[in-house]
Amino acid sequence: MNTADFDFLAGTLKERSGLMLTPDKVYLLESRLTPLARKRGLDTLDALVQKLRMKTDQTLLKDVTEAMTTNESFFFRDNTPFDLFKNHVLPAMEKARGTQKRLRIWCAAASTGQEPYSLAILLKEAGIKYSNWNIEIVGTDICTQVLEKAKAGKYSQFEVQRGLPIQLLIKYFTQEGDVWQLSDDIRNMVKFRPFNLLDNFAALGTFDVIYCRNVLIYFDQKTKGQVLDRMRKVLASDGTLFLGAAETVLGITDSFKPVKGQRGMYVPSDGTAEQLMGLG
Amino acid sequence: MKLCLVVDDSRVIRKVARRILEELNFEIEEAVDGQDALDACDRNLPDVVLLDWNMPVMDGLQFLKTLRAKDGIEQPVVVFCTTENDMSHIRTAIEAGANEYIMKPFDREIIEAKFSQVGLI
Repeated sequence: MNTADFDFLAGTLKERSGLMLTPDKVYLLESRLTPLARKRGLDTLDALVQKLRMKTDQTLLKDVTEAMTTNESFFFRDNTPFDLFKNHVLPAMEKARGTQKRLRIWCAAASTGQEPYSLAILLKEAGIKYSNWNIEIVGTDICTQVLEKAKAGKYSQFEVQRGLPIQLLIKYFTQEGDVWQLSDDIRNMVKFRPFNLLDNFAALGTFDVIYCRNVLIYFDQKTKGQVLDRMRKVLASDGTLFLGAAETVLGITDSFKPVKGQRGMYVPSDGTAEQLMGLG
Repeated sequence: MKLCLVVDDSRVIRKVARRILEELNFEIEEAVDGQDALDACDRNLPDVVLLDWNMPVMDGLQFLKTLRAKDGIEQPVVVFCTTENDMSHIRTAIEAGANEYIMKPFDREIIEAKFSQVGLI
């Protein structure tokens, strides 16, 4: 791929999804977009870029964006963010929301659904305690294709083995040939909707917990800061934000501060979440 | 360093599992069937057993039942690793005392995830 084509694709992707594509990722463009070009009846990647430049086909732009956004996901990925949720966030919310009995959780890069479903399973496992609570888990992703898969709750043998303890597989899945189907009672706990993190958050409402893991790494510093500042505005002042293990707010925004000793866990700088969780 | 006993009648599978587990900092012993694995446990009790199901001489399930019936030993963690991938085999294995269950084919990520769930990593 020539430099002009690469710059064009990188620029288009940045504008549309915030995705930062450095020249060392040219292999990613080739490996992900070549199958798409073929599917569209185009012989080469060059032909695809040319068609994109003509800007006549909006669905092509959408397909390119979807193909380039990373969608790898595991159940209970990295364990820690789920342990922290169970051991600190939930008990704190039980105290703070004990009267309203209402909890809203946002998984901002839900991909194929493993993260929101892991939280749903975790809440289900916590049992009767939350059975009379109104708990809403919202899973969003820029890619509608992965959300369709998420909604269906159908996973391959490989996918159900990455992070899902066998006891939970037995309890919450049924086997349909090669496919493992997640049970309806877990699926019904999560609402999925397409959403671009560059868009206005207001329509989503406010949340008590936000999971936004391994997505900011694809944005430049300025975009990261803007997204985090806007997340602060839709998060309760005693709420919690989880970022990926390799991500941070330090040097990017003052809206959040890290919780000491708890990797990936952040709270509003002006909030009360740490005291509430006994981590202050 | 934790000791993992890899039990499989396929030399290729034992080799693949050994390579992955050595990278995860386990010391490895190998056994080719259930009886061989019981003998290995008598000599040197492992921390964890990665266990195939279908093997000649003694299968994995029989090995597991015999192992779990032994008194006075520090029971190792047992992780099944088999091509048997239906719910009834999984239930049978868990009821017999398996701690985790891997359906072949596996890769490093699956082994790592499963071993970390049972607290070995």
